[in-house]
Amino acid sequence: MANLNSVLPPLTERSGPLRWMRKNLFGSWLDSLLTVLGALLVYWAVKGFLTWALTVAEWEVISANLRLILIGQYPIEQAWRLWTWLAILFFLAGNSIGIWARGSKYAFVVLFTPALLILLPFGSASRIWLAALTLTGLIGWGLGRARPHALKRSVIAGWVILLPVIILLTRGWSETEGSAVPIVTTNLWGGLLLTFLLTVVAILFSFPLGVLLALGRRSKLPIIRWSSVAYIELVRGVPLITILFMAQLMLPLFLPEGVAIDRVVRAMVGMTLFSAAYLAENVRGGLQAIPRGQYEAAHALGLSGAQTMTLIVLPQALRLVIPILVGQFIAVFKDTSLVAIVGLFDLLGIAKTVLAQPAFLGLQREVYVFISLIYWVLSYGMSYLSQRLEERLGAGGR
Amino acid sequence: MRKTLSILSVLVLFSLLLAACGGAQPAAPGETVTVKETVVVTVIAPAAPAVVAPAGYGVTLETVKTRGNLICGVNAQVPGFGYVAADGSFSGFDVDYCRALAAAIFGDPSKVEFRPVTAAERFTALQSGEIDILSRNTTWSLVRDTELGTNFVHTTFYDGQGMMVPTDSGITDLAGLEGGTVCVQTGTTTELNLADVMAANGISYTPAVFEDADKTFAAYAEGRCDAVTTDKSGLVSRRTVLADPAAHVILDVTMSKEPLGPAVRHGDDQWFDIAQWTVFAMFSGEEFGITSANVDDIKSSATAPEVKRLLGVEGDLGLKLGLTNDWAYNILKLVGNYAEVYNRNLGPDTPTYIPRGYNSLYVDGGLLYAPPFR
Amino acid sequence: MQNQTQQKNSIPLWRDERVLNILGQAAFAAALILLALIIYQNMKAGLAKQGITISLDFLKGLSGFDISEFSFPYDRNSSYWQAYLVGLVNTLNVSILGVLFSTILGIILGVARLSTNFIINRLAAFYLELVRNLSLLVFLVFWYLGVFLKMPRVKDALLWPGDIILTNRGVGIPWGLPTASFPTFRLILLAGLLLALIVFFSLRAHGKRTGRPPLSLLWSLLAFLLIGAAGWLILPEAPLTLDLPFVKGLNLSGGKILSPEFMALTSGLVLYTSAFIGEVVRAGIQSVSKGQVEASRALGLNAFQTLRLIVFPQALRVIIPPLTSQYLNLIKNSSLAIAVGYPDVFYVSNTIQNQTGRAVEMISMVMATYLLFSLITSALMNWYNQRIKLVER
Repeated sequence: MANLNSVLPPLTERSGPLRWMRKNLFGSWLDSLLTVLGALLVYWAVKGFLTWALTVAEWEVISANLRLILIGQYPIEQAWRLWTWLAILFFLAGNSIGIWARGSKYAFVVLFTPALLILLPFGSASRIWLAALTLTGLIGWGLGRARPHALKRSVIAGWVILLPVIILLTRGWSETEGSAVPIVTTNLWGGLLLTFLLTVVAILFSFPLGVLLALGRRSKLPIIRWSSVAYIELVRGVPLITILFMAQLMLPLFLPEGVAIDRVVRAMVGMTLFSAAYLAENVRGGLQAIPRGQYEAAHALGLSGAQTMTLIVLPQALRLVIPILVGQFIAVFKDTSLVAIVGLFDLLGIAKTVLAQPAFLGLQREVYVFISLIYWVLSYGMSYLSQRLEERLGAGGR
Repeated sequence: MRKTLSILSVLVLFSLLLAACGGAQPAAPGETVTVKETVVVTVIAPAAPAVVAPAGYGVTLETVKTRGNLICGVNAQVPGFGYVAADGSFSGFDVDYCRALAAAIFGDPSKVEFRPVTAAERFTALQSGEIDILSRNTTWSLVRDTELGTNFVHTTFYDGQGMMVPTDSGITDLAGLEGGTVCVQTGTTTELNLADVMAANGISYTPAVFEDADKTFAAYAEGRCDAVTTDKSGLVSRRTVLADPAAHVILDVTMSKEPLGPAVRHGDDQWFDIAQWTVFAMFSGEEFGITSANVDDIKSSATAPEVKRLLGVEGDLGLKLGLTNDWAYNILKLVGNYAEVYNRNLGPDTPTYIPRGYNSLYVDGGLLYAPPFR
Repeated sequence: MQNQTQQKNSIPLWRDERVLNILGQAAFAAALILLALIIYQNMKAGLAKQGITISLDFLKGLSGFDISEFSFPYDRNSSYWQAYLVGLVNTLNVSILGVLFSTILGIILGVARLSTNFIINRLAAFYLELVRNLSLLVFLVFWYLGVFLKMPRVKDALLWPGDIILTNRGVGIPWGLPTASFPTFRLILLAGLLLALIVFFSLRAHGKRTGRPPLSLLWSLLAFLLIGAAGWLILPEAPLTLDLPFVKGLNLSGGKILSPEFMALTSGLVLYTSAFIGEVVRAGIQSVSKGQVEASRALGLNAFQTLRLIVFPQALRVIIPPLTSQYLNLIKNSSLAIAVGYPDVFYVSNTIQNQTGRAVEMISMVMATYLLFSLITSALMNWYNQRIKLVER
């Protein structure tokens, strides 16, 4: 960094590794001490973890049970149904990226993730499917980029009907034996598949319920307001696990004789009812932030109350709380692990059964580290991508 | 006008709540209504018509036949008795009983849906009709037979509660556990027996109580406790998969009788009979030397009247149970007799080997004794 | 609304908004009551078929099971109700300690996240991102099975400075044993507390009068400590003797033994919640505009004074509401004790329900208990929030 100019250097801080270190690491003696301690901590943690992961850990338990962890006991010969809706999902995702976030490199990362997963110990059929996922995603992206305006509506429609399609494909519809799409009952859904479905269903159904509860809480009608308040505060005041226990143990007692609900559906109901109360509070925050002038202006334009709410207030309020809602959705995803306590085979539940296999007893660390990794990557990925997309789309700001 | 909107919206909300509690998924107004309907149809449909209430002679068999499969509540965490293999299928002694029952009803052991239930929810699941039969290493006791609304079919596995300690601890009897810690699983009779026996012997100890078998034995293996207690069969099968099986010894004490067997709910005697005679058919199969390999030969060449009646060559015993006449033949042909099932899951060639002990035929000095087939 | 009242006569009854409102609400309430009745009837019919009636009488029955940790005498001859109370107290223990330590760790993390030291800043950021994206239940299970149970066995016990013993049977810490003079000492402490309160309020009143806020909290704390120390020295016999933990055979003895279940649950909750509190604290501090700090420095306040008098009071107003919900989350999350085998109120009630089959009663009781905890915590925090809001002009 020799200064060759005879002119005096400008009064900016010069950057150099030493200077940077001096400023950021060894500013004072306290700073230096913290730096050394921090560096030691990093060294010790990284070394300890790597030694364990590379030499001690027995990862066969994961490779042997990868299928159980991902889809549970879902019949392997029917797995093409799951791949199919994943392909649709990726096509739509690629399409949406092409239309709304063309330049975002982060969103692109999503499309290439399946191609990267080929490196994991999957069978050859799964590898082909994974490659196909990236391919459909890219095709969708290309189409979306080429004709953004023509495709906009159909893509939105596609997202709307995606969940029914997913559920229908996962479950199947044919009762007759030997047909192409026989019914796969919910007790065979497990692993990441069940976690995913629980999350998506809970999020999608708690959304309208939460919005209604938020509106109810702001209503001027006392009975409706107090019912909403009672519901929201009651649910927010108790742990999720008690609600899940109630859904599993008490709900059957509440129903008339002869009516029974599938227990996966019971868990979905429990998660939905729980999540709706939290969502309601978040949406209420957004509603409160809408200035009165908006209502008055809408009224002056001759809009009715319902029109004001659906056309003016709610869109603004929801846009305001998008970041909070994403956080809430991630929380739901993490909370689904509690269904393992009531005996469902979600990611955590399947981990428990894997640990009961005679060949792999005592490998708790490996299994739980792997499960944690799945949770971490997915929820970190979701929050990171949503932050980037929010920046691009300007959501959350006004 | 906003008020009207609120009323409307809350009415919708209310109906949604009602729908949610009434068994359907809550749904969105407007567009997403399609979503709701699809889900209701796709997810609820299989369960709702299928399960008809408990109670009433013959109702359960009728329900099972209409549905086309048997729903069996099992354990998914006990090696040898009920667990999920890496390919996703259920295996184990209790699991094979369910297959035998399915074979008796449908002539097809694969027509059974396994529903893993936790210790806590097993009786509720049976009462609410969610499962047709509970085959989940459950101890027969008076309270369970009466207050919890279940009928125990028959003991399929005679067990007793035992205690396992590390060999190098030098503990040889319960008194050696004075001041120690004992790992135990909750929601079981084991937990109560432990408290009873220790109190009766005046031994003070600390329990370390866990909600599932895996954590209980993981904690013991790590040295969290001085001893671990559960049914002796469980101790034996779990010991074989500890890091060093020879370093652990099962104390020569039996803390309680643990007759394990399948259970059905009160109120349907026909179903109870079917479940019970399925067990007896497996006992008798062993007694008469009928295995899945030789059952066809014996069926064509048998001369003993009882064997002929058992296999449906003579008489109409199966019809009396409400089944077809070849019900026992199907059990023995497709699943096997008691010894075959035992050896497949708990025999000397398995990692979970348990000597037969009391679980031998009465002629071999055991407790297995089937009433006559006539 | 005014014009509508005037038009009232011209509007038919079925289109009158007020009538509609009342009718709508009545219909809603009726439907709600009907639903409750249907549920109640179904439940009663279902239970009657099994010969069970809803009642809390069973709580008087003998529990018959042992509990690993209890704060007051309990054994298998105690009633279910006492077992429930044992769980309740255990939940309170974990919650109070959890709130305390996660607040401390959360503040440290929040400040570290804003540190100019690169390594500290990155470490804190890494920690926050790592923990906030884990599933708490999976984390707790891993934390218990993978860390606390993998600690050294008793015979290779790990000794830490300060007479702390780490083993997979638990963590032993030194603890005070009360002696004969302890009751007197307690009275002295009470007097010290009174004095501390007097010091606190008089200093604050003085500060308000003169406009120079003194360090009232520090002085009152000093007063309390002074009285305490004086009491300790004056008494003929020390009120507490130090009891050190030691290894006795295959177990730990002496001092205070914290079980691995308790440690895993409490520390796991603290590590998890503090990451969220760290974010709350960071956001709170950052919400105070830079101009405030610069202005206060320009007025001649030093860095500490700036933090204490300018930044903190303003940040606190932003911090308290989200902090409250984090506290509530911690209390509710303590119900995950079931996953690590710590007998909290939910776990004990689950055992009771297993033994008696009283699902409806036990789940209702547990829900009511947590609701009560939540209400009390919210009430306390709201009261505090109101108080610090008064600072705003």
